[in-house]
This record gives sequence, structure tokens and C-alpha cells, in this order.
Amino acid sequence: MGLTDSDINAIWLTIKLAFTVTIILLIIGTPIAIWLAKTKSWLRGPINAIVALPLVLPPTVLGFYLLIAMGPNGPIGQLTEQLGVGLLPFTFWGLVIGSLFYSLPFVVQPIQNAVEAIGQKPLEAAATLHSQPMDTFFHVIVPLAKPGFISAAILGFAHTVGEFGIVLMIGGNIPMETKVVSIQIYDQVEALEYAGAHRLSAIMLGFSFIALLLLYSFQKRGLATKFRIGR
Amino acid sequence: MTKVNSKSSNIVANLHTSLRSGSQVFELEVKSKFPSTGITAILGESGSGKTTLLRCIAGLEKSVKGLLEIGETTWLDDKRCVPTYEREIGYVFQDARLFDHLNVHGNLQFAVKRSHETVKKAFFEEVVGALDIGHLMQHKPDQLSGGEKQRVAIARALLIKPKMLIMDEPLASLDNARKQEVLPYLAALQNKFNVPMLYVSHSTDEVCRLADHVIVLHQGKVVIQGSINEVFSSTQLPHVYQQETSTIIQAKIIERDERWHLVKAEFDGNVIWLQDHNQFIGRTVRLRIIASDVSLSLKDEKESTILNRLEGRIASIQIDSRGATALVTIDLMNTEVVAQVTRKSIDDLFLMVGMKIWTQIKSVAILG
Repeated sequence: MGLTDSDINAIWLTIKLAFTVTIILLIIGTPIAIWLAKTKSWLRGPINAIVALPLVLPPTVLGFYLLIAMGPNGPIGQLTEQLGVGLLPFTFWGLVIGSLFYSLPFVVQPIQNAVEAIGQKPLEAAATLHSQPMDTFFHVIVPLAKPGFISAAILGFAHTVGEFGIVLMIGGNIPMETKVVSIQIYDQVEALEYAGAHRLSAIMLGFSFIALLLLYSFQKRGLATKFRIGR
Repeated sequence: MTKVNSKSSNIVANLHTSLRSGSQVFELEVKSKFPSTGITAILGESGSGKTTLLRCIAGLEKSVKGLLEIGETTWLDDKRCVPTYEREIGYVFQDARLFDHLNVHGNLQFAVKRSHETVKKAFFEEVVGALDIGHLMQHKPDQLSGGEKQRVAIARALLIKPKMLIMDEPLASLDNARKQEVLPYLAALQNKFNVPMLYVSHSTDEVCRLADHVIVLHQGKVVIQGSINEVFSSTQLPHVYQQETSTIIQAKIIERDERWHLVKAEFDGNVIWLQDHNQFIGRTVRLRIIASDVSLSLKDEKESTILNRLEGRIASIQIDSRGATALVTIDLMNTEVVAQVTRKSIDDLFLMVGMKIWTQIKSVAILG
């Protein structure tokens, strides 16, 4: 296809970022989603709103706050410096943190919808069959909400691949470190290298289409929970 | 009648809870002690708190206060509340609640794996056989009929090897044909597996057929409780069940009359004729004599179509001062039978406690 080394590096970095973020989000998003699906606490509304914020905020706003928070005077920056990992802006892990916030609703909401759809009934049945809460989670909730988890993983991955603004704000364009595909395309267009931009854009288009096709074909077969948010 | 063995342990349930849904508050206030043997039925109209009581016993309602003891084990008192997953109960929900992601075999194994006792293969086979679900093992729940789902749910609850089997109207969601399909399994279960059962129902037919002990709930409170016969022959039955007042007895089939298609049954020295439904000689059957099917006469009316006429003595007369009827208890040899007659008849015949009287039993239901 005539991809340059720089293109391949960007693609590889994008995949690594999206993969890392998806895994971490499934781990931290699941308890949040289950809590939101079950709680009757007054905190449900506020937490729901916070999780959904990235859907409406311009990525620049999120990026700006994160840049400050991760900077030398920000709470995250001070913490990371004390831990000896240095400052995170303009590093791969800085991007990971930014993406975690940015893609959070895309992972939490499908799981939350799926868990809400399961309801209390199978969980009560499991409890009467001596199933402890963690046992019930792995052997009842996860299998019954599997389509929700698949939707969450596809959307979390695809949305992280597709981000741009927040990467530009807190990542810049350091090759092999923060220069993901969307930034590479931006650079190429800036440099009037339209051929290169065409190649990568076509790949992104194809990837995004396939990801969504996968998602909606799951939904069509009634396997995935309906997902109605997005920009 | 099932006599409660004084040595056998009891279940003590003194429970209080109030449930809010919207602006409505439902209060459940139950004080009950019943034997942890046989089948105890909880009878009541919808909204009387039957399901709530079961959910409290299972630990599924969070805001319960009180005392709950199952024999030697305490599940709830001031200090602790044992979580549902540690209570050794089998719970059969009204709507079966099979796990959709598992087939029938997977649903049963879910219980087997989590039972506190080892479930031997022979026991598994026995349960599967008793509920006749062996041919369904590879089916997913959505491929099962309502009756089949309910049978699988009952098997699953038995396989946990519970100390008590709780059934919340297991037949309510089924149509009549399916009901007749599952009911015989239920009746046989208690005998076969000897698990005490707590059975919720709003159907007096089901209760009379299955239960040894009855708790009647009304608006979250216990109205009357006792052995099946005590409860059903009582004047304390709530108004909605007053037409159901009846005597429930165990009788033994002793003789067959081929010519008239009848069988002779004996209870406590009394003899009664029943329709012949191919009952085995020597078998014990449970009979229900509805009080309004019993009439009284001062002499033996031989010129009558009524076959079953028994001589006895009036043991008590309870008059419903607001209505037209009275409940007369007649002492036959060693059994009491209740008759619902009009107050006018009592007056006309000068009926009094201690009088000799002939009871005429118009019909007897054989409950199996």
C-alpha cells in the first residue's frame, strides 16, 4: 500500500494505545457500570453526568484540564513526580490517561445498559443457589451481559482510535510516543502530502466502518444492548 | 392427619418489614411458628404479603427486623442477618428464573456445584427422574414450555440439597393443563425427598391437596394458622375463604364395590363411600368435605339419595351473627366434621350441643 515507516509507527502506536485503554477501561468501567445500574443512591445522577461529560465537552476542554492536572503544579503531576515516573504530558501514558477519560462513557454505558436489562431476578435466583456476589458476577452477570461487554470493547477501542483533539492537547506529535494515526494525517495534510493522508484516511475509514458493522450486526441479532449515544 | 412430632424442630418466624413503592407502604407483621416437616402452605389473596414473607425468609428483602430460626440455626436476630447465599434454602420463583445463558443441564449443575453437601450422581438422577426432565437436558430455557421451566426450576432448587424448599406459587403462571401437569410432581416431592416445604398459594384447592399446615395471611398479618384441618374447619377463616370451610381427613381404602363403581374408605372407625377412581385397596387418601355439602338430620334418612350418612353428636355450634349461616361441628367416632347450615334450621330443629345427629355428606372430594 506504500505506507511509510512513519505511517506504520503511527498505526502501531494507535493500536497499542487503543488496546491498553480498552483493557483498563473494561476493568475500571465495569464496577462503575454495575454500581450505576444498581444503586438507588442520590449520587447516581451526578456520577452518570460525570461519566457522560466527555460526550458533550469539546476534547480541547478535557485536554486543557488534564494538561494542567498532569503538569508540575497539578495534583496528578505532583503524584507522578513523587512516584518517580516524571510528568505525563507528551508521553504515551499521558495519552492513556487522557483517553481513559475520553472513552469512559463508551465503555460504561453499554455495560450499564446490559446490567440494567438483566435486572435483579437472575441475581436473586443465583443468591438462593448459594452463589456469592463475586461468583454471581463471573457466572451470571458476565455471561448474561456478554453482548454489552462486547459492545463496550468495540466502542472503547474504536473511539480511542478515532480521537484527535485531546491527543493534540496533551500528547503533541512525538513519533513512536504520541503520534497516533489521526495526528499523522493532520501532519500530512499540513505538509500538503495528500497521497499519504489519503492512504491513512482510507485505512481509518475502513476500520471504523468494520468496527461499527460488527457492532450493529451484534445488535441486529439481538446480542448486544442497544447503544444510542455518540457524536 | 400429620401429627407434629414434638421432638422435630420448628421454624420460628417473627418478622416485620415495611416496603415502600411510591407513596404506598406495605407493612408485613408476622408472628409464626410452624413445624419444619411436611408442607406448610401460606394462603392469602394477592397483596396479602405471601411473597414478601417468603422473600423475608430467604433474605431477599433487606429491611427486615425480627427473629428467624430454622431449627437450631438462626438466620435473623438483633445481631445478625445471614445473607441469602448462606441460607440453606431452595427457592422456586413464580417465574422459574432459569439462567438464560445455560441449558437445562447447566442450570442444574449451577446448583450441584454450589450445594453445601456433595450431590451424588444417584441423587441427581433421582431428582431428574422425579421431575421427568431427563430428555430436556440440552434445551435452553427459551425452548421450554412454562410447565417444563417450572419443573427444571424445582429440580434446580432440590439439587442445592436445601433444609427447606420455598415455593412461591409455582403453578400461578401456568394454565390449567400445565397446572395438572406439575401438581402431581409437587405432591410426590415431599414424600420422596423429605424436604420441608413452604408453599405459597392463593388457591385453596392446591393448599388442601398439598399442605399439612397452613398460615393464612391477610393484609400483611397472620389471621389464622394451624394444621390443615384446624384451619379449614375453623370459623376464623377470612371472609373470602368462608365458602371453602371444610373438613379434611385421611381415609384408608378398604373395599371395592365393582358393581356400583364405588370404594369404601375408613377413617377413625367411620366408613364412607367414594367414587372408584382405581384407588388401590389399602391406600391412604386425603378427602375434603366442604362444610356446605354436609347437611344435618335428626333421624337417619334412609329414603334419600345421599349415600354417606353418619351418626354423631353435636360438639359445637358457631353462629355467624351477621349472616344467615352457622357452623356446626359434629363429633363422629373420633373425628370432627363441620357442616354449614342456616341459622333458621338450627332454630327449627332445636339443635344444641351434645345432641345426637345424623350427618349427610353430599359430596366428597378425593385430593389424592
